[in-house]
Amino acid sequence: MIRLEKRPQPSRAWSWATPLLAVALTLLAGGLMFAALGKDPVAALRTIFLDPLFDPQFAAYSRPQLLVKAGPLILIAVGLSLGFRAGVWNIGAEGQYIVGALCGAGAGLALYPLEAWWIFPMMVLAGAAGGFLWAMIPAILRIRFNTNEILVSLLLVYVAENLLASMAVGRLRNPEGGGFPGSRNLAQWSSSANPELIPGTGMHWGVAAAFIAVILAYVLLQRHLMGFHIRLAGQAPRAARFAGVRPAVLVAFCLGVSGALAGLAGIFEVTGPSGQISIDFNVGYGFTAIIVAFLGRLHPVGILFAGLLLALTYIGGELASFMLNIPAAAIQAFQGMLLFFLLAVDVLTNYRIRRGRTVTP
Amino acid sequence: MDLTAISPALLVASLMVGATPLLLAALGELVVEKAGVLNLGVEGMMIVGAICGFAAAVQTGSPLAGFAFGALCGAGLSMIFAVLTQVMLSNQVATGLALTLFGLGLSSLVGQGYIGIKPPPTVRLDLGPLSDIPFLGRAVFSHDWVVYGSIALTAAVWWFLNRSRAGLTLRAVGENHDAAHALGIRVVAIRFAAIAFGGACAGLGGAYVSLVRVPQWTEGMTAGAGWIALAIVVFASWRPARVLVGAYLFGGVTVLQLNLQAAGSALPVEYLSMSPYVVTIVVLVVMSARRGARSTAAPASLGKPFHATV
Amino acid sequence: MEDGTAPLLALSGLTKSYPGVRANDDVSFAIHAGEVHALLGENGAGKSTLVKTIFGLVAPDAGEMRLAGKPFAPASPQEARAAGIGMVFQHFSLFDALDVAENVALGMDTPPPRRVLQDRIASVSREYGLPLDPRRIVGDLSAGERQRVEIVRCLLGAPRLLIMDEPTSVLTPQEVALLFATLRQLTAEGTAILYISHKLDEIRALCDRATILRGGRVVASVDPRESSARDLAEMMVGEALSAPARSGAAGGGELLEVDALSLPPAHAFGTALREVSLTLRAGEVLGIGGVAGNGQDELLAALSGEMRADAGRIRLRGTGVGRMGPVARRARGLLAAPEERLGHAAAPDMSLTENAVLSAHTRKRLARRGFIDWRAARAFADAVIDRFDVRTPSSRTAARALSGGNLQKFVIGREIMQDPVVLVVNQPTWGVDAAAAAAIRQALIDLAGRGAGVIVISQDLDELMEVSDRFAALNGGRLSAPRPAAGLSVDEIGLMLGGTHDMEAAHAHPH
Repeated sequence: MIRLEKRPQPSRAWSWATPLLAVALTLLAGGLMFAALGKDPVAALRTIFLDPLFDPQFAAYSRPQLLVKAGPLILIAVGLSLGFRAGVWNIGAEGQYIVGALCGAGAGLALYPLEAWWIFPMMVLAGAAGGFLWAMIPAILRIRFNTNEILVSLLLVYVAENLLASMAVGRLRNPEGGGFPGSRNLAQWSSSANPELIPGTGMHWGVAAAFIAVILAYVLLQRHLMGFHIRLAGQAPRAARFAGVRPAVLVAFCLGVSGALAGLAGIFEVTGPSGQISIDFNVGYGFTAIIVAFLGRLHPVGILFAGLLLALTYIGGELASFMLNIPAAAIQAFQGMLLFFLLAVDVLTNYRIRRGRTVTP
Repeated sequence: MDLTAISPALLVASLMVGATPLLLAALGELVVEKAGVLNLGVEGMMIVGAICGFAAAVQTGSPLAGFAFGALCGAGLSMIFAVLTQVMLSNQVATGLALTLFGLGLSSLVGQGYIGIKPPPTVRLDLGPLSDIPFLGRAVFSHDWVVYGSIALTAAVWWFLNRSRAGLTLRAVGENHDAAHALGIRVVAIRFAAIAFGGACAGLGGAYVSLVRVPQWTEGMTAGAGWIALAIVVFASWRPARVLVGAYLFGGVTVLQLNLQAAGSALPVEYLSMSPYVVTIVVLVVMSARRGARSTAAPASLGKPFHATV
Repeated sequence: MEDGTAPLLALSGLTKSYPGVRANDDVSFAIHAGEVHALLGENGAGKSTLVKTIFGLVAPDAGEMRLAGKPFAPASPQEARAAGIGMVFQHFSLFDALDVAENVALGMDTPPPRRVLQDRIASVSREYGLPLDPRRIVGDLSAGERQRVEIVRCLLGAPRLLIMDEPTSVLTPQEVALLFATLRQLTAEGTAILYISHKLDEIRALCDRATILRGGRVVASVDPRESSARDLAEMMVGEALSAPARSGAAGGGELLEVDALSLPPAHAFGTALREVSLTLRAGEVLGIGGVAGNGQDELLAALSGEMRADAGRIRLRGTGVGRMGPVARRARGLLAAPEERLGHAAAPDMSLTENAVLSAHTRKRLARRGFIDWRAARAFADAVIDRFDVRTPSSRTAARALSGGNLQKFVIGREIMQDPVVLVVNQPTWGVDAAAAAAIRQALIDLAGRGAGVIVISQDLDELMEVSDRFAALNGGRLSAPRPAAGLSVDEIGLMLGGTHDMEAAHAHPH
């Protein structure tokens, strides 16, 4: 019989190796899934993971998309990882992303067609504030009434989606849009546009913000007392209270920061790559970011790499759907599988696998 | 708005139909949580149950086969969760989320060929004279067997938890898994069984959505019902009878807002559609605010990992 | 009675290894019907592995057991119970949210219907002098009553051998006397009892035979009534022990004053503090005794700042600190070390350096404007390790990798080396080996000798008598008036601890 034995302390080597092992296992299982769908597994995996980067025909389009897609994923995941470390489960980033975009876009469109340099920064701030405030709903309910923040933050996603639908056909609808739902194109209004900063790279302000967030989160977690308290509260809540951590402050901080970052991702998206508020401008970054956060082992640098990998699955998935007629949903299942394998092999970090019978089950 | 367009008998009837998937999923999750396991993958198991049940019913032409296969697939999916959390000791919150994300992807993958198809109809039971009673006959006594089965299941779950030896053992595992282990109770085996039951109930509930309630297959059609089912368990303070009340309450809100939409309410459609979620949040807040330190009804080991130390 | 008849349970050559440690090494001894057999040893001597083997929770690597002459190798507790073995656990294997009858039913393989079971519980508890109401919720019971639930659960199985793991650690002296009466009644009926303890006086009063374990091996098998407590202790520890040296500097200025402090319970089955008052002087050790669950955790939390009160209820050198959190109190010199080492006083998965930052960043200036100075933190952790002889590979080692005694030395040392004005410790030597316990007690006495005030909350009366200048008892959330520790008798202490009052409470709720 195989049994698990707790290690005296977490294995450093495995904490690096498990994400790689999970990716390898996912490739294997994903290949089987594609084979089951009647596709050539090798071709499918090559189309998803290699062609976007190296195929001469597609790379020119795909490579910049890597940063465009990774930017919001990293930005949101960095915020979520703080809460996940502290045991504060914000799983409603998708809603905060939507509300951030709505607030930012609303603040800008109120001034249309004024042209001024400060409009874009103001919209960015409004976007962060929108995400922050939306996240403060579960935060305040948890602090004040001890309401489960997992359920509240998730349910608020559905509320936000309905709010988005209402805004896209109502208040924020483009008056010159011929009655079609959706706002004015923010990317084409120079005061609100979030353009590509370095042509051909996909780098826009949101990507820059994601890189800055990675650095700040790294410093926070490694060097600052707040980061220390976040880690402490997640690992040993009673020890955190003994250390003098106030749970309410921590809940507000983690939800607030992750909400603000999700809101930022939202406003950068609608002013740049997506260009306008439309009923379905949100493509699930808020949920995929949960996978990114875990795949990055809740570590800012890990999240950077995990964000790029998941971005690649998005782009490669589109390519595979276009080239090989593989359904887009397969990619979503693929991403879910990745998280499963990651959670499964994570056991190796804290436990040794031993053979032989000692404990009766 | 024309309120007379809403027929009270039909309203009650559709309330019962609307509440049934919530009731099934919430009862399953109740048993899982009573065993000390928090499975946030209800939404994922429901949607997989919805498409698998739909596909099986379409392929065989038998709704019964659809329900059975939906339940089976829900249980099967839940076994991934069971292996990860009980054997590999993964975090239950993260694993439940993974189950939901995976289930959503898997369901739309499987559902590619089923969009726009009508499933075989599920027959309504003929309860003879009962079905002929004015108002009540139409509202309460003209449903399919799943509606009545789910109510019977509520009673069965209550009896199991409070009156049977196995139920006592299951509650013991959820209260204090270390003590249960010391008494020789097989904690992991019991939790596997509870998780499978929860998965089957969620799958059955999902199948009911695609086979009876809507009835057709669309991507993401459970639309948060799994999350509302999780909230109902909290609302019910982990008691089966209150789960029934909660499911009918939330089913009622959903049905009412749909009827108001149809009746042309002055409120925009989007605000009516968000109302079930808002109501759920409000109820969660009221329940958690009322609960003092002394009467915490949640099982004491809920969500905690169990590793038998020697 | 030992000679001639076959033993009830004979162990021969039992060996059990875990990675890096041999928990049981060739353990052999025999238990006879009708005797109370003591199993004596320090923490880590292998006692609990041995009883888990007998109870079917652990399978031995080598060796065999014979029950009444027949080979006995239970694969599970159910099999052990079916063979007539009952076990009362040290940390009760009870379910707080369930009632007494449900708890009893869970320990039986084929429980009778609920009503029959309730009657049987009532009759057994009457017969053996263990008053118990089968319908009460276990979480509401006192520690003594909870133990009775466990004992009754075993007795309903009519065991031939009853294993009791540290049964008196949670009892008042009067409750101990009652328990002993029950145990003697059982042995008179022919039941054998395996009695695990490290309390030598009890063993000498109760047991017919004592097997002493050290480092997993049997080092001696003696008649405890013919050995002195000192001999037994030295066989158990393997070295001569010395009592801590007192400095006798008590009686300086007033440092800490608690004035009619009342607080709600910390958790669902906790105890409220009711009008607790005390004063602590410089150079003094105040010992606070009491049975577990009488408000110890709440008192520590109230003093450490984890629970807040009105400002004036707690005054440190005249300043009201009741409303302050742990950080502000530490800044003023009020420090604490909670009972639970792993998870409360220290974070299990964090390194010792990180655990040093946990409580010492304010007083040792380990953080500047919020940014942690890891070099200074490591230096402080190393200093604690060095001065308190903490056995660890380095300050980078995770707290959970240390033995209980070493981690406790680190936790206590971490607070002492911050030069507290007042230090409050809860169960400072619980589950710690004798050498480490002696070192910790000496360090606390020395701290008081340097002019600090020390409050030691403990359930170990011997320890309190050893270190305290004054003694007070916590009972049902109330603190008795402190009395000078010198000259207090066991009976007086017993009365201060509440005597048998919870038994009367149990009698007052007839079924």
